[in-house]
Amino acid sequence: MSDRVELRFSGSGGQGMILAGIIMAEAAAIYDGKNAVQSQSYGPESRGGATRAEVIISTEEIDYPKATSIDAMLAMTQEACNKYHKDIKEGGILLIDADEVRDIPKGNFKVYSFPIIRYAMENLGKAIVANIMALGMITELTGVVSHQAIEKAVLARVPKAFLELNKKALHAGFEKAKELKPVEA
Amino acid sequence: MERKFIQGNEACSEGALYAGCRFYAGYPITPSSEIMEVMSVRLPKVGGVFIQMEDEIASVCAIVGASLGGLKSMTATSGPGFSLMQEGIGFACMAEVPCVIVNVMRSGPSTGYPTGPSQADMMQVRWGTHGDHPMIALTPSTVQEILTETVRAFNLAETYRTPVVLLYDEVIGHMREAITLPKEGELEVVDRARPNCPPEEYRPYDISKGEIPPLAAYGEGYRFHVTGLYHGEDGFPTGNTKLIEEANKRLLSKVEKNREKIWKNEDFYLDDAEIGIFAYGVSARSAKFAVKELRKKGIKVGLLKPLTIWPFPDKAVREMAEKVDTIIVPEMNLGQISLEVERAAGGRCDVRGIYRVDTEPIHPQQIMDAILSREELTLPTELAERDMTDG
Repeated sequence: MSDRVELRFSGSGGQGMILAGIIMAEAAAIYDGKNAVQSQSYGPESRGGATRAEVIISTEEIDYPKATSIDAMLAMTQEACNKYHKDIKEGGILLIDADEVRDIPKGNFKVYSFPIIRYAMENLGKAIVANIMALGMITELTGVVSHQAIEKAVLARVPKAFLELNKKALHAGFEKAKELKPVEA
Repeated sequence: MERKFIQGNEACSEGALYAGCRFYAGYPITPSSEIMEVMSVRLPKVGGVFIQMEDEIASVCAIVGASLGGLKSMTATSGPGFSLMQEGIGFACMAEVPCVIVNVMRSGPSTGYPTGPSQADMMQVRWGTHGDHPMIALTPSTVQEILTETVRAFNLAETYRTPVVLLYDEVIGHMREAITLPKEGELEVVDRARPNCPPEEYRPYDISKGEIPPLAAYGEGYRFHVTGLYHGEDGFPTGNTKLIEEANKRLLSKVEKNREKIWKNEDFYLDDAEIGIFAYGVSARSAKFAVKELRKKGIKVGLLKPLTIWPFPDKAVREMAEKVDTIIVPEMNLGQISLEVERAAGGRCDVRGIYRVDTEPIHPQQIMDAILSREELTLPTELAERDMTDG
């Protein structure tokens, strides 16, 4: 199970974390020809509360569908970051929204920080695409799926009227992540 | 072949439609609602009927009625709704009406934790409705299996004229995996036996030609009476004690006698196993992960995964118990199926449970730790050391 890659997308209910997980898993399973399982955990609220979506990608059969030792995690809120960062493996990646997560957790993992929601709002015109931008960043930081696969998966899932916006958000994610350096501990 | 990345609950709807389900009545409840959502969109397109009912009591009664009208029918719910359905399920057992009820298990009792998974309805499924009654329940653990087991649930319901429960936890229901949609004709689809006699000669519970009498559809000229009371072959209530006893015994025996045909298990590394794991649903996935890891360490552990949990797979458990010295039962409840395993093992080996009820699935590490610590315990020297340090 050495090639098992585990990703966790966490934030608050309504931020599109589960959708981000689904798109990532589809990119791997449908467009990159690997095995993928996506699962989720959320509270009874339809908005708010800590939400997480997990994606396991492997070339082998995936048995346990939940994360055991996380390669990369996204945290869009402080609450989700605090609650869910403990399973990140040594040398793993934590990507946080710079404005939302002020208290950066300590651990043997690399932390990348970027104001994802603010950037989406100011430069893309809509905060709602922050999850797609984050998806681009996680793809760039991990290389777990190809750019083509994630783009196809995003375009297959979003409403027609917003194809360009989402494509722009995804590519902004690729570019911003490329320039990003880990936060000094 | 079409490969699709879909959710367990969506796969359930796909399976139902494939099996020929044309009637759905239900009341939405987390974590089963997606089944209903898909059926509400898809059923009208294939000429089927979808109704959102006022509650789960009405839902189960509606599917019994629709089935008597000749349609394959289903409903889906979770613990609180399943509790409400018990009376209707008993009626379907008694009146011998084929139908499928899906229970996507969430944390209980009562409303519990709606979005949290659980496997704690195992005994309710078997004994939730009162009286000695038959029960067939299936426990898939992958998205693909949800599809195929839903088809099998309909086939068994139609074959044995009895309600069948498809039972899985929230993790399996909400999980997404890539699956292959079966082509038409690829999976077996069974339809109930229909009477071939003229309507005036039809006796709905005439068992002279077999334990499972043909079922006519209302509206096709066959007039017959259906009741939850014990009844004679004409379907009307009876107070005849001999008939009552025979009818009750037949209700059970029509399923129990055919259990070899109803059982379905998956073996994984059991041939040379010294430790066996008995696990279903998401816990079977944790167990499979643990078996693979432990095999790498040279520990002889294997898995028995039941796809039919009721009738209970006594024979497979007994066979496993003859080979291994311990059976471990990980489950997301406080020991419902482990007691059944212990009964079936009949003292041939040790049976231990790993229980978890904090709404998180059993972690493979929990299973590995339990097995590894047991290994230590079997070493006499270490056991002695442990005794000394403890003392």
